[in-house]
Amino acid sequence: MNTTTTTDFAELQGLDLPERPDGPGAAFMLSAGIGCFVLGLFTTLDEASKAVDAFLAPWGPGGVGPLGGKVGLAMIAYFVSLALLLVVWRKKDLDIKRWFWISVGLGCLGVLLTFPLFFQMFAPK
Amino acid sequence: MDFSSRETWAVIHGMVLGVVFLLAFSGALAEMWGLRPGMTTAAGIKDRMKRLYVGFGAMAASAWLTVITGTYVVYPWYRAKLAGAQYAACKGLDLPSKNCSPRDFLLSNTSGNTAEWHNFGMEWKEHVAWLAPFLATGAFLLVIYYGPRLVGRPWLRNAVVIMLVAAFLAAVVAGALGAFINKVGPIV
Repeated sequence: MNTTTTTDFAELQGLDLPERPDGPGAAFMLSAGIGCFVLGLFTTLDEASKAVDAFLAPWGPGGVGPLGGKVGLAMIAYFVSLALLLVVWRKKDLDIKRWFWISVGLGCLGVLLTFPLFFQMFAPK
Repeated sequence: MDFSSRETWAVIHGMVLGVVFLLAFSGALAEMWGLRPGMTTAAGIKDRMKRLYVGFGAMAASAWLTVITGTYVVYPWYRAKLAGAQYAACKGLDLPSKNCSPRDFLLSNTSGNTAEWHNFGMEWKEHVAWLAPFLATGAFLLVIYYGPRLVGRPWLRNAVVIMLVAAFLAAVVAGALGAFINKVGPIV
């Protein structure tokens, strides 16, 4: 929730800016975190399971292999979550700091789950 | 001075789009840094916002184009399994060939200890690169939505910068690994 207004700043007073709710801002942050996390999740699941690998492989055009499925699902997760969150939150004034840190957590998990030294630990022996 | 079709695509993916991304990042970061109270006038903010929209938009667009060309155009040439069992067609080669893809070449260890360039380098690059467009697009949408209001919201401005820098770092890791891998096992 925003506690400052545009009229608190002299340089903004002439711009005639109506206040905007933070719901869409939180949606932009959280959907990015979800996209990163889903990519990481399927990267590690692909390494751990031959069934997941077989599921992901046919997604992309020839030659891309399971990477096509991982990035395809991550893109779907990103765009679908963005659209849904925008619809649900477009007029809501949320605690954007809270959603930012949740998004940072999802993003960090995405980084960890796409790091080879981590996901290769789950490769079948 | 000739480039093959594959080399041309590798240049478009790594150098042309990569340079646009880096330039857009530099401009966007500099403009965001100056978007603070007391730094400019209302007219200055309007002018600065135009450059911010262009910078963030160019960064998001180039991030998407880079990963799409990398994954769907260049990557299939890299990972083609051509060399057969035990990478027989790579034996004795100094560089990948029509019968020994860059992936085969690196895994064969025929010109030194190169397998880790694939097992660690390419495995990290092909995944971490895709974090950049999500983060850059999120930052771009935040700038579009809040616009000049970011002047009065320092915490939110810092959050946008964090997303911007995170997108940049993901692209730097992917770009640097791509450059090294293309040096050891180029697309031919």
